[in-house]
Amino acid sequence: MIDLSLLTDGGVGWLDASGPSSHLVLSTRIRLARNLAGRVFQGRNSETEREDILQTVEAAARDTVLLRRAIKFRLDRLERTDRQLLHERHLVSKELAGLDADGRVRSGASLLVQDRLGVMLNEEDHLRLQGLHSGFALDAAYAEVDRLDAELGQRLAFAFHSEFGYLTSCPTNVGTGLRASVLIHLPGLVLTKEISKVLQGLAQVGLTFRGLYGEGSEVVGNFFQLSNQTTLGSSEYELLDHLGKMVRQVMEYEEQARQVLLRDAPAIIEDKVWRAYGLLRYARALSFEEAMNLLSGVRLGVGVNLIPDVGMYTLNKLLVYTQPAHLAVAEGVVPNDPELPVRRAQFVRKVLESEVGRRG
Amino acid sequence: MSCEQCREREAVIHLTQIVNEQVTTLHLCERCAAEKGVESPGSQPKTPLGTFLAAMGQELPEQVPAPRAGDNCPRCGGSLQDFRESGRLGCPECYRSFEVPLRDLLRRLHGSTHHMGERYSDKEPAIPNEPRQAAELREQLRLAVETENFELAAELRDRLRVVE
Repeated sequence: MIDLSLLTDGGVGWLDASGPSSHLVLSTRIRLARNLAGRVFQGRNSETEREDILQTVEAAARDTVLLRRAIKFRLDRLERTDRQLLHERHLVSKELAGLDADGRVRSGASLLVQDRLGVMLNEEDHLRLQGLHSGFALDAAYAEVDRLDAELGQRLAFAFHSEFGYLTSCPTNVGTGLRASVLIHLPGLVLTKEISKVLQGLAQVGLTFRGLYGEGSEVVGNFFQLSNQTTLGSSEYELLDHLGKMVRQVMEYEEQARQVLLRDAPAIIEDKVWRAYGLLRYARALSFEEAMNLLSGVRLGVGVNLIPDVGMYTLNKLLVYTQPAHLAVAEGVVPNDPELPVRRAQFVRKVLESEVGRRG
Repeated sequence: MSCEQCREREAVIHLTQIVNEQVTTLHLCERCAAEKGVESPGSQPKTPLGTFLAAMGQELPEQVPAPRAGDNCPRCGGSLQDFRESGRLGCPECYRSFEVPLRDLLRRLHGSTHHMGERYSDKEPAIPNEPRQAAELREQLRLAVETENFELAAELRDRLRVVE
């Protein structure tokens, strides 16, 4: 079993709800795709080459300021539950964690992580630099990852083309290699049925959305990850600026939708959010999906000041710790244990009771 | 998770769609997905590139000679066929080996083929004015290429080489 206490804040510092607009935006993530020059990409390389990439990058990282104290996780040597745990914390992709349908972990698949910065190694690209910040913080998150990119770039030769920019295994990432994502909670737009219009509008301006766990994941609990679709033809700042403007616009729409709900259907909304709270507080078995949807309702209630006694940090914690691998590890069972829904309900009750007790 | 349609086979396709302004996700096995007309990973590369690659495959023969047995990247041995199947290139050199079709693909994916972001060399200590000058030249160059003013483009490229 891996010891996540080694990580600062257990690796979930981004959940502290301290960042800007954190009542709507959970986290901001930046990733840069990089490959080492003169080496074949991951899809065609051998176990030995992947091992060599790992050694080379780790040596360079130990020489930097930003990753000098990094903790290394070798995904290829971890049990499935531990890999799932790292994935649930948004520290590694589903692919790197070997949680795809075939369930195999690639040899050499690793993660280096220090504070809010990390590097996934032997993912689709040799390196995936990433930074995760609390709330809506595109500029701050990018600035940090950019510094890491500069530090690593001085110590490693990256594959770069004068016209195409940073070369990546998949041409969808070429150029800047930048993917910026904002994890945002949009229950107002879902309830007012405006969400599809908003999402279609985003697609028209070159943005895309994904579910809670990134590429290929489904939307649960009204959480959407909004991110840039293209990586080439615009500078990093233009990409971030564009995404930032659009996210601010979406946040405004969400606030308006909530006002409309409170104005036109106050009793229905009040009933909905308190019902969600009541179920979380007293239910005896909760599936993960149900818990996520109820947490979404309570989050809305807290956001529009209908539910006074619950903090955003508590809701964020519940979001993380009710996930299958987290709960399983805490309870000493396996993630597909049939008893898990009962344990989840117990856990949620305990947290909410202590929250009410604490606030008196 | 089992397929929501047949409830027998393992669900491998998770289709998020917007119907009647509701976001729903269907979990389907490959066979039921195919019956619903959803392209499965078996018939399409498991990448977001699927449709682009399919389109590229249809149009390619007219634009470039069909890949022959010898049309492999000299560095990694990968072919365009491999790329179509996996959606991933074999090595950085593939961008040179398959430059013509890739340029076309990049234009369709990103609306451009010109990197406008940070230059790899910018990360090294540089004379402060140089990157800005280079960025301006690159922007002019991009416009020249877009407007197919190749004479100007050639001149700008030469000037850019001096600056860089």
